[in-house]
Amino acid sequence: MGLEQKLGNMGVVTARLEDLVNWGRTNAMWPLGFGLACCAIEMMSAQASHYDMSRFGMELMRASPRQSDLMIVAGRVSRKMAPVLRRLYDQMPDPKWVLSMGDCASCGGVYNNYAIVQGVDEIVPVDVYVAGCPPRPEALIDGIIKLHERVRRSHPFKGETVAPIKV
Amino acid sequence: MITEILKGMFITFREIFKPPVTIQYPEVKRPVRQRFRGRHELRRYADGLERCIGCALCAAACPADAIYVEASENTDEQRYSPGERYAKTYEINMLRCIFCGYCEDACPTDAIVLTDAYELSAFSRKDLIYTKDMLIVPPPAGKPGTPQKVEEGAYNRSILPEGLVSEP
Repeated sequence: MGLEQKLGNMGVVTARLEDLVNWGRTNAMWPLGFGLACCAIEMMSAQASHYDMSRFGMELMRASPRQSDLMIVAGRVSRKMAPVLRRLYDQMPDPKWVLSMGDCASCGGVYNNYAIVQGVDEIVPVDVYVAGCPPRPEALIDGIIKLHERVRRSHPFKGETVAPIKV
Repeated sequence: MITEILKGMFITFREIFKPPVTIQYPEVKRPVRQRFRGRHELRRYADGLERCIGCALCAAACPADAIYVEASENTDEQRYSPGERYAKTYEINMLRCIFCGYCEDACPTDAIVLTDAYELSAFSRKDLIYTKDMLIVPPPAGKPGTPQKVEEGAYNRSILPEGLVSEP
């Protein structure tokens, strides 16, 4: 951009700091290994060699919330699990994102009863919802790509300034 | 013990020469099975009329209460579907739907079918409530959409003869 045009070919490329930070954030977004139910099987499948989420820099399912950036809520959240989930979310360092995978995590799904939290967004702020019961590994990866798009379009220090794209 | 390690290492070594199994997902899509159940669609007859007659049997069959149907009356001036009624509002909450296919089984006119599409993700819960406009297929080439103005008494029955033939 600007600088190279003025000074000619210097063998360097300049970029906006915001773009570089977002590039780093989207290409090494480590998920928290947090499987709750059958969706976790599909999450593991997305991690395995056929779909291989390490292509997106997500090869490590961190066992500790302190080392993770993305929480994939894979499965139904019972009322008993809810405080644990919130605690894990609070322990994750900023910036952090939440992907609600599957019907049960997103809105209770078929379990419309007193034992299940009717949508994990009652407890934590959710960035992307993935529908499916359970979603295919491809559908999960599609949701992750949409989350990456959202991160890319947001300002790394001021938060989301651009409205997310309508799907 | 050495032989076991060598055996294991030989398997690792053998795999080096095999092509990778990874499917490069966003670019390459693995074809789904024939009986895969994904996102729904509402179909039309060959003349462009909607198959759905707003009977709400799908909503009754739905184990997750994901479907909401509101029916309204057809007239010959403004005809949406054969017979008396059509679905004025047809909404499916994709976050409730468990893709069991019971709606497909319950439908008397084969209006609702589950397709291959599985990429259902959005930034808000509201975006995943699919309305009738999103679910209904476009009319066949060269045919008008709905509502249509038809001759009086041409569509007295709720199912056209072609609807009685179960399609694959």
